[in-house]
Amino acid sequence: MSRLWRWLIPLATVPVLALLAYGFRANPRDIPSPLLGRPAPGFTLATLDGAPLALEAHRGKIVVVNFWASWCYPACYEEAPALERSWRAYRDRGVVVVGVDIQDKREAAEKFVRDFGLTFPTGQDLKGTVSVDYGVYGVPETFFLDRQGRIRVKHVGAVTADLFRETVDRLLAESVTP
Amino acid sequence: MIGLLAASVLVLLVSMPAGAQPPPSPASEDAVHEVAAQLRCVVCQSLSVADSPSEMASQMRGIIRERLAAGERPPDVIQYFVDRYGEWILLAPRRSGFNLLVWLFPLAAVVAGLAVVAILVRRWTRRRRDAAPVSVDPAMRARIRREMERGT
Repeated sequence: MSRLWRWLIPLATVPVLALLAYGFRANPRDIPSPLLGRPAPGFTLATLDGAPLALEAHRGKIVVVNFWASWCYPACYEEAPALERSWRAYRDRGVVVVGVDIQDKREAAEKFVRDFGLTFPTGQDLKGTVSVDYGVYGVPETFFLDRQGRIRVKHVGAVTADLFRETVDRLLAESVTP
Repeated sequence: MIGLLAASVLVLLVSMPAGAQPPPSPASEDAVHEVAAQLRCVVCQSLSVADSPSEMASQMRGIIRERLAAGERPPDVIQYFVDRYGEWILLAPRRSGFNLLVWLFPLAAVVAGLAVVAILVRRWTRRRRDAAPVSVDPAMRARIRREMERGT
């Protein structure tokens, strides 16, 4: 009996250690989105210039939906120039970048767009419905949509030019009808 | 008779406001709170959407209010959030499938703990019963008695 116990007590720690090993190795920021592979929720917002901005208008293109805010420092400030450069490099290849400004003040958002010279369409999600439709936790978050309008990649944190290129090149390489 | 019936139906129809559906009633704050309390505020630490003062939570409460006012049932509203954020958004995991472990494990742990305590208690009491009476030599016994009587 006592010999059994001598083995049983250390053995009981094995599952606990395994659970801890798994838990500490997993990235807590890496929360899986149930939306991956699903059709991207549609939305229509007004751009900061007042023009309508509808996701449906870009069906058939590769769409990069970027959620940002002017108060999101430094990540949004890091990615804004990379997004603008990438958008200029890819806009003639059937790729469109759509900015969605969330939980922000209009003046601050306009200043952000002006300061970074952003030329891709950007709308304000005033009621948070688009954010919740995309399961957004915070800013910046970026969703890469394929030509069929499905969410293929969700990126949390600042987008770099390299990440943009790799992801969009992969989606561009896919045939139009998989 | 049929004519009368038709006439009364016609009168009813005319007297009703355009669109036979009742206008959406505003959702009660109790109902909004009940749904919001089950959802995790996505930008907070361990706060529900009902308890968080953050703008995100306030917008989520607005969405809950609109959906309830539009006639959705609370479980539908909760499912709407689960579809977008995953079950992570639920403050209490659902009692089904793998999640049952979360509910059953503490129970199992309590039962196992009680069993261990029961076994140990039995073993300790048995040992005391089996133990031979301690023999103390008369000199020591006398000394103990003396010191007891003397007090501290």
